[in-house]
Amino acid sequence: MVSVAEMSEITSPTVVNQTAPMPNPANPKVERGMIEIEQLDFAYGTNKVLHDINLSIPARAVTAFIGPSGCGKTTLLRCLNRMNDLIDSARITQGSIRIEGVDINASSVDVVDLRRRVGMVFQKSNPFPKSIYDNVAYGLRIAGTTKRTLIDEAVEKSLRSAALWDEVKDRLHVSGYGLSGGQQQRLCIARALAVEPEIVLMDEPCSALDPIATAKVEELIRQLKEQYTIVIVTHNMQQAGRCSDHTAFFYLGRLIEFDDTTKIFSNPGQRQTEEYITGRFG
Amino acid sequence: MTATASNSRRVHLVQGILFWIFRLATYFVLACATYIFLDIGIKGSRTVFTSTPPFINVPFLTEPPQTLYVFDYEGKKMALSDRQFRQWKVEHPGTEVEASSIAYSAGGIWPCIVGTALLVIGSMILALGIGISSAIYLSEYSRNGPLIRLVRIAILNLAGVPSIVFGLFGFGLFVIFFGWNVSLIAGWFTLGLMVLPAIITASEESLRAVPQGLREGSLALGASKWQTIRKNVLPYAMPGILTSSILGIARVAGETAPIMFTAAYAMKDELPWQVTRMTDFFFQGVMALPYHIYVVSSKIPQNEYTERVQYGSAFVFLFLVMLIALTSIILRERSRSRLSW
Ligand SMILES: Nc1ncnc2c1ncn2[C@@H]1O[C@H](COP(=O)(O)OP(=O)(O)OP(=O)(O)O)[C@@H](O)[C@H]1O
Ligand SMILES: [Mg+2]
Repeated sequence: MVSVAEMSEITSPTVVNQTAPMPNPANPKVERGMIEIEQLDFAYGTNKVLHDINLSIPARAVTAFIGPSGCGKTTLLRCLNRMNDLIDSARITQGSIRIEGVDINASSVDVVDLRRRVGMVFQKSNPFPKSIYDNVAYGLRIAGTTKRTLIDEAVEKSLRSAALWDEVKDRLHVSGYGLSGGQQQRLCIARALAVEPEIVLMDEPCSALDPIATAKVEELIRQLKEQYTIVIVTHNMQQAGRCSDHTAFFYLGRLIEFDDTTKIFSNPGQRQTEEYITGRFG
Repeated sequence: MTATASNSRRVHLVQGILFWIFRLATYFVLACATYIFLDIGIKGSRTVFTSTPPFINVPFLTEPPQTLYVFDYEGKKMALSDRQFRQWKVEHPGTEVEASSIAYSAGGIWPCIVGTALLVIGSMILALGIGISSAIYLSEYSRNGPLIRLVRIAILNLAGVPSIVFGLFGFGLFVIFFGWNVSLIAGWFTLGLMVLPAIITASEESLRAVPQGLREGSLALGASKWQTIRKNVLPYAMPGILTSSILGIARVAGETAPIMFTAAYAMKDELPWQVTRMTDFFFQGVMALPYHIYVVSSKIPQNEYTERVQYGSAFVFLFLVMLIALTSIILRERSRSRLSW
């Protein structure tokens, strides 16, 4: 442990450590599902909420975003699949985000294709008012899959991965609204997995779940990282500790620290990080 | 002590009086409505129903209006329709009778029912098509700039324009300027324009009521904006849009002013589909129930023979509007339960 006195010497918050080395943009070492955020500034109108974010999210690993409420975790997450395009006042004022080496905000990028590759589970679960089956099949049908057997297979596979199959297999054709809050959230996860994205963004996926459902989702996240790059926002320190490989701590729109989860939780480099994870503020 | 007591008594008194005023206002409305429905119901059913099977006055519903001839013959008072009168004259050659003729008071109202149905269908298709499209643009695509605010204000104002003004506008633009003459298509556009503001406003509200999370969820799965609207927004807004169009239908079916210069004929012998060319269908005037009621109530001298058609038409008219409303409600409930919203 670093003593508090030593840490207080660091006055301005800076990024201390980056696990993945920044690739040279001219010759990026491209890996499937990797995300590089460079000097990103973001504002809602005149309200600047993200300042100079530099972050490389490694592929096929779980990265947790932690930080006090309002520090910009959701905003950053929504930048990664350009969900903020929907908000009129929202602007990236500086910097870039590259996924697999490609700047996702370039005019040549097809945002529809980007969103298919970068799936998202929202902070507030949002099942569609359709049957469970149709919820999961939605993305496939949108993409033009019409073959019934293919859709059937994908629905079962996704529901199994989301640990929901056994609970709903007998009522696939009843409305998703009839499920409990936790089941609805897992339905949303299944829906996102059905289109087989490369990256899955999860915004507090467990905030409405009981400990049992939470354990199921965490188990799921650990399995998913074999195939997917996962970014998860969480307010639950134990959860970040249990299921993430890397942790990014944000405070007031700045990235304070990014490191291996074990390092962040055992030996954080910044005083603010330590205070936050030990519950002294936030 | 006494001051508070008298104060509370006064509060009670004021409250009591006010409640009675509200109550009386409600009773007044109820009494008026009951009177209108009973009057039309009782007098109208004398025309529409018969005391012998099939108990419905089928000719009234299936025949065109005819002139009624009334005369005395061998001490009997005869009231014959145009056709019957001509036949009667053939059967009684040589007899000269002093017959008084009363326009439209014999026969039925079938062409008026057909005309009103055609006007409603055409104008609602137009209004829903244009209305839903512009509501989609306003709520899903447009950014809320000053221009859009101006458009919204214009739509609101349009909703307050009296129907006679729409009638004159339609007359000036469609009938005269476009040269469509008095025709179905001129009526469609005029009526469609009249209900458009209500339909845009209601459609926009229904679209906005669809939670933003459903749009985001759909977009996040790689759906395009239009796919999202078509698959995950519009279906849920549809029940609300349909509900609001109930009122639109009733208004389109019921207004006389917009069609009297643009689409309605007082009398027309052929039915709308009895045209030689397809295009003539759109450019012909039609009879319409509300206009017919207006004509038989104010354009012909009134006497005891005119009441039959007046009340009969009003009765059928009310019944049809109620039927439309009921259908829309059932439709809406159906789509709602399918959504299990
Ligand atoms: N649509 C928006 N328009 C304007 N400002 C916004 C919008 N969404 C978020 N903000 C602001 O941006 C800042 C960051 O919000 P954000 O939702 O990213 O925080 P968060 O870290 O996800 O918080 P929480 O943990 O509570 O979810 C906040 O100050 C918030 O008020
Ligand atoms: Mg958030």
